[in-house]
Amino acid sequence: MPLIGSFALLLALALTAYSFLAGILALVREGPSSARLSETARRAGIASFAIVFLAAAVLVTAAFQDNFSIAYIFHHSNRDLPAPYKFAVLWSGQEGSLLFWSLLLSAYGLVLRLRYKTDPRLFAHASVVIAAVQVFFLLLLNFAAHPFAIMQGSLPADGSGLNPLLQYPEMVIHPPMLYLGYVGFTVPFAFALAALIMRYPGEKWIHITRRWTMVTWGLLTCGIFLVMHWAYSVLGWGGYWGWDPVENASFLPWLTGTAFLHSVMMQEKRGMLKTWNMWLIFSTFMLSIFGTFLTRSGVVSSVHAFAQSSIGDWFVAFLGVIFVTCIFFYWKNRSHLLSEHRLESLVSRESSFLFNNLLLLVACFTVLWGTLFPVLSEWVQGTRVTVGPPFFNRVNIPVALLLLLLTAVGPLLAWRRTSAESLKRNFRFPALGALVVAAVLVAFGMRPWKDVSYFYSLMTIALAVMVALTVISEFVRGGRVISGHTGQNLLASMVQLTRRNTRRYGGYIVHFGVIVVVIGFAGSAFNQDKEQEMGFGDKLTIGSYTLVCQSYTQDDNPNYGSEWAVMNVFKGGKQIATLNPERRFYKASQQTSTMPSIRSSVSNDLYVVYEGQNPDTGRPIIRAHLNPLVMWIWVGVWIMIVGTVVAMIPNTAPVRVMAPARVQPAPAGAGD
Amino acid sequence: MTAASKRAFRIVLLGIAIPMLMGAGDQAARFNDLGHRMMCVCGCNQILLECNHVGCTYSDRMRAELVAAVDRGDNDDLTLQSFVQKYGPPVLAAPTKSGFDRVAWVAPYLALVLGLGLVTFIIRGWNSRPLVLPANAPAPVHGAELDRFRAQARKETET
Repeated sequence: MPLIGSFALLLALALTAYSFLAGILALVREGPSSARLSETARRAGIASFAIVFLAAAVLVTAAFQDNFSIAYIFHHSNRDLPAPYKFAVLWSGQEGSLLFWSLLLSAYGLVLRLRYKTDPRLFAHASVVIAAVQVFFLLLLNFAAHPFAIMQGSLPADGSGLNPLLQYPEMVIHPPMLYLGYVGFTVPFAFALAALIMRYPGEKWIHITRRWTMVTWGLLTCGIFLVMHWAYSVLGWGGYWGWDPVENASFLPWLTGTAFLHSVMMQEKRGMLKTWNMWLIFSTFMLSIFGTFLTRSGVVSSVHAFAQSSIGDWFVAFLGVIFVTCIFFYWKNRSHLLSEHRLESLVSRESSFLFNNLLLLVACFTVLWGTLFPVLSEWVQGTRVTVGPPFFNRVNIPVALLLLLLTAVGPLLAWRRTSAESLKRNFRFPALGALVVAAVLVAFGMRPWKDVSYFYSLMTIALAVMVALTVISEFVRGGRVISGHTGQNLLASMVQLTRRNTRRYGGYIVHFGVIVVVIGFAGSAFNQDKEQEMGFGDKLTIGSYTLVCQSYTQDDNPNYGSEWAVMNVFKGGKQIATLNPERRFYKASQQTSTMPSIRSSVSNDLYVVYEGQNPDTGRPIIRAHLNPLVMWIWVGVWIMIVGTVVAMIPNTAPVRVMAPARVQPAPAGAGD
Repeated sequence: MTAASKRAFRIVLLGIAIPMLMGAGDQAARFNDLGHRMMCVCGCNQILLECNHVGCTYSDRMRAELVAAVDRGDNDDLTLQSFVQKYGPPVLAAPTKSGFDRVAWVAPYLALVLGLGLVTFIIRGWNSRPLVLPANAPAPVHGAELDRFRAQARKETET
């Protein structure tokens, strides 16, 4: 079986290399033979998907067959590992996850190559770029991180087992989602580079790229939030985001991808920012590769990182090649990206997009800077300092608040020019709403002057309300117009409005999701926690909840032994739930992990961790966290996903195009 | 000493210390604040008071030392310095505001300020470029006619 896998990897490398080289030859040569050569390159690319899929299937089958002659299976699986986690073995270690990356990239390549008729020449160029990236990953798999390496010496009876932290249902979902996001940015990059290389006329490539970027962005968003949820549900420290270098690495391309999704509208509407958008896509892809480098090189330490290995050098070289390639083609064809930049007013949608891009990139820089500063510090002064949550929160929250303010104001600004009167009229209601909410919060006991975290929390909630009111007023205003013309009720009119311009209103739904998420983040300023040793009948009070220790018990299964507490939860004297925080000992890996028990509600999460037993008294040690508004984060991300899906649906009713304005600088209405 | 008995020891320690700290006014808050400004040095990359690393050989001891320092009435700087001397600079959860570490804090704000300046400069530059109309384009409208168009657009899009 390892032989089949190894052979498949070599064959995939040969096919992909052929797809790359033949693709280049076909593009530089003229004549009928070049079309045939191009077709063979396309088919080799398609075949490479089948072969990489075969290699991945072999690895998964080996996990299910407990084939410990393969070193990777020995290190990441064991006989009693439940079936879903055996499937997850594919992406649980360095070599397997690189194979998984390669599989996803070849799957994206497959879709792209099957849809080549959209624009054969552009797709042929993009296919070559994807093949080049794929060659790199297959080189890695064949020569630096081979997933089918054979165990040396006698065959072990059982494997070392999967890391206990990875034995959680979301582990079967979150890495694929995150990888789909990471890998997916290769496609917009391929189209952008292809368009630059061939000096593609017009903006069609932008339309193709935008859709791919939205899909990828949506998947990366899901991946990031699934990681947060996994961290919250498994790691047991009561939080969901610790500004860990690997978490940061996933956030970086998300930020630049978000900036691109906004600024690309400038190019589509006004033909502006062509160079800027090109480099945003290049940067997003490079940050995806950089994130992979961070996770695998050992250059920074992280709970999420794979083992330290030498493949970091490969990634550094690859990043260098990408950068030089981008610079070369940009310099060669920069005249193609020249555009007429002209603004008719400082107060316009265009300006807001520029500031939006600035803030997103400053946030990106800050996260990157904080992530790499320990390395820089060690290089400069010989001592590695820690850059943890206090730094990131301190420098990023003000930027995030400015971004929220812009999210509230931006949709109210028209393209080209916005009159002060119109801005005042549209902004009055959201601003007033925000002020009222801030006043109510202060009246109900929030004291922003007591602590800076309370101040940020109040500002966040007030600005979030402002954004929400802006979004709602946009829907209501547009819905009223349709309602006035069609006689439909307001809700039906708003649905029709959304269907007519899915991108714009889908975007607003995403904005709404974002503010629900940030309200959830704002709740963290009021987190509480308490730790206590608890015997039968002992009570622990936190917030309005009282935990009473009912009993504790033990269990054993082939994979792990466990002990857990049975805690009754009371609120207002009435029992409302029973929680079972658990502690597990995994036999194969000889590692212990905690499994928190969480009672979620709209207002707060009661998060209980069983930290073990006092061996002298036999009593469980319980740590309870009361985390306000956490559920809002998970609800918010669902809204963001719905918004992204809506934005990708084609408009079902044509947007009526008005007759050309009689004057050149027309007072256009707000909208995308 | 097993991990669980260490935790039990910590519980007892905190059980004694917290009432003392509570008696000392805002000392519990100081413990919480300082404990969130330091990292556990066991390699778990977690804030000291958030370290739940099973079998951690550092966090219990460090928390006990922090309780003792707060109880002694050491000021924040002295407490943090004593931890730095014992565990090294990585024990602090964020760079200090002196020496080269200051660069860590300055760079993001500098980037923001420079970026704001640059974007403002660019926008003003683009805004000052003259409007170039095609030869056969109708003349731009101003004043009352422009207001009339705006009013019409508003009427058609708002009610």
